[in-house]
Amino acid sequence: MDLHELTIDRAKDLLSSGQISSTELTRCMLDRIEAHDGKVGAFITVDTDGALAAAAAADKRLARNARNARNEDAPLLGIPISLKDLVCTRGLRTTCASKILEDFVPAYDATAVDLLRKAGAVIVGKTNMDEFGMGSSTENSGFHITRNPWNLDCVPGGSSGGSAAAVAGGMCMASLGTDTGGSIRQPASHCGVVGLKPSYGRVSRFGLVAYASSLDQIGPITRTVKDAALVMNVIAGHDPKDSTSAAIPHTTDTAIDPSTSRLDFTRACSEFHDRGLAGMTAGIPREYIGMKGLDPEVEHSFKEACKVLEGLGVKFREISLAHTDYAVAAYYVLASSEASANLARFDGVRYGFRAEDCEDLLDMYQESRSRGFGSEVKRRIIMGTYALSSGYYDEYYGRASRVRTLIMADFARAFEQCDIVVSPVTPTPAFEIGEKVADPVTMCLADIFTLSANMAGTPGLSIPSALSSKGLPMGLQILGRRFDEMSVLKAGYGFEQSRLELPGMPKF
Amino acid sequence: MRISSKDVEHLALLARMNVDESELDRLAVQVNDILDYIDVLKEADVEGVSLASGAALGVNVFRQDEVKPSPGPAATLANAPERSDDFYLVPRIVDRNQQ
Repeated sequence: MDLHELTIDRAKDLLSSGQISSTELTRCMLDRIEAHDGKVGAFITVDTDGALAAAAAADKRLARNARNARNEDAPLLGIPISLKDLVCTRGLRTTCASKILEDFVPAYDATAVDLLRKAGAVIVGKTNMDEFGMGSSTENSGFHITRNPWNLDCVPGGSSGGSAAAVAGGMCMASLGTDTGGSIRQPASHCGVVGLKPSYGRVSRFGLVAYASSLDQIGPITRTVKDAALVMNVIAGHDPKDSTSAAIPHTTDTAIDPSTSRLDFTRACSEFHDRGLAGMTAGIPREYIGMKGLDPEVEHSFKEACKVLEGLGVKFREISLAHTDYAVAAYYVLASSEASANLARFDGVRYGFRAEDCEDLLDMYQESRSRGFGSEVKRRIIMGTYALSSGYYDEYYGRASRVRTLIMADFARAFEQCDIVVSPVTPTPAFEIGEKVADPVTMCLADIFTLSANMAGTPGLSIPSALSSKGLPMGLQILGRRFDEMSVLKAGYGFEQSRLELPGMPKF
Repeated sequence: MRISSKDVEHLALLARMNVDESELDRLAVQVNDILDYIDVLKEADVEGVSLASGAALGVNVFRQDEVKPSPGPAATLANAPERSDDFYLVPRIVDRNQQ
């Protein structure tokens, strides 16, 4: 097996026993980036020197640690990862894929990044995305597009398209993405990798450049469910610097590791091996069945995936998410509104692009923002400004917010009858580059299965289920009660262990 | 059209952006298309339903009003487009004639 085909779980063993070094592993990733990223475009910034320095430090530490110890004080020691360029990295350019931040270098690490560094991870670079997280294809990047490693004429999805492509293409062993309306789950599905959007509040948003503060979450993109659990063990937890982060571990008692009182998400995997999925009930939303625009192959692969879960003992039940028809519209209003407020800070005053030769302050604001932001970002700021403006606030933002309450109630009712909710991740496999860019409404409709989870704050896992007849990956989505990542990961892990084997990685 | 190009221009001003003349009409069409789609929200029965404020997802968090370490001027102003010592330099705000 080639180094880049290793899972994190396996690599940890090989690193601990000294069979491989972090430097070898990191060099492998850097070589693959050099060889393939010209075609794929997954990265905005590659930090070769930083990565090799971190790998060398990891190797020193590995040599000092007991052999075969799995280094539980630094659980990702020596593992090369990438980060979506929406997450602040101290001393390493962070652009949010926007010209307005093209030269911005943060003075601090996001909490999630700090935790990864403390866990010994090696950061190879920052990945491409739709500008400020706005988009579903990574075509809205201010710099370049990213291509799907499974088919270079197709999009990788978005907004975490670079992260998903980097993991799928074996250019890093995991990536941090972010998810506001599906931006981890959808690109993970399109690129045939695993993506987890944690419950709202599970992972600190400190240092995450905010798109929609009540919807955003950072989460792992990996090639296996267990690897996602390993990353979650590092990044999840309360952070006093993020007042929306959950203050207590929030889980069923059996999952708390008594020696550290931190959650061990890999228990979801061991629990599956001990007890399977017997006793678990899965709900299928009746509003999702026969949804307009659902590709027949996606529908078929979803039904096959449900059969696999059924074979593992999961009971199925039809449930209702009655306000499904309003979800995309509500999301769009809420996300645009919050974004218009969050992006007001990019004004050329303290950081980022400042237009020169401006007549006055207003001119400076307008020129800096207009030249710095891309068209999708401008469009959403305009929409958000309208929805929040005097006279329209109740009609748009107020109404959308009340619909959100109804959607949250739908999920609460559903989870009285089932433990997980399953669905396809997207209505179709990845579309071709350029196919949907002209139509913002259609692009948004593609998020119909994912965005409700952001509004309800529930965790969501995207896991590869099959390849389409054109060789494009399709995924199964598993949603759970808020803070019940354990059930979601357990069902996902069970599915992963039991489904038909999929072609591992795309060949370039 | 519910929103005219003039309205878009006004919204852009509120959001401290310029929109090129040539872009205004196209943007107005797109915004109207989106508003048409969003109209579906009018069909939802929201009578008596509360706003899903942050309270739905958490509780307000307080801390003691104590000074904690912060990065300091050097780090904080490192990305300043224009600076003078520990100050950001910006175009004049108050018109000389108004003083």
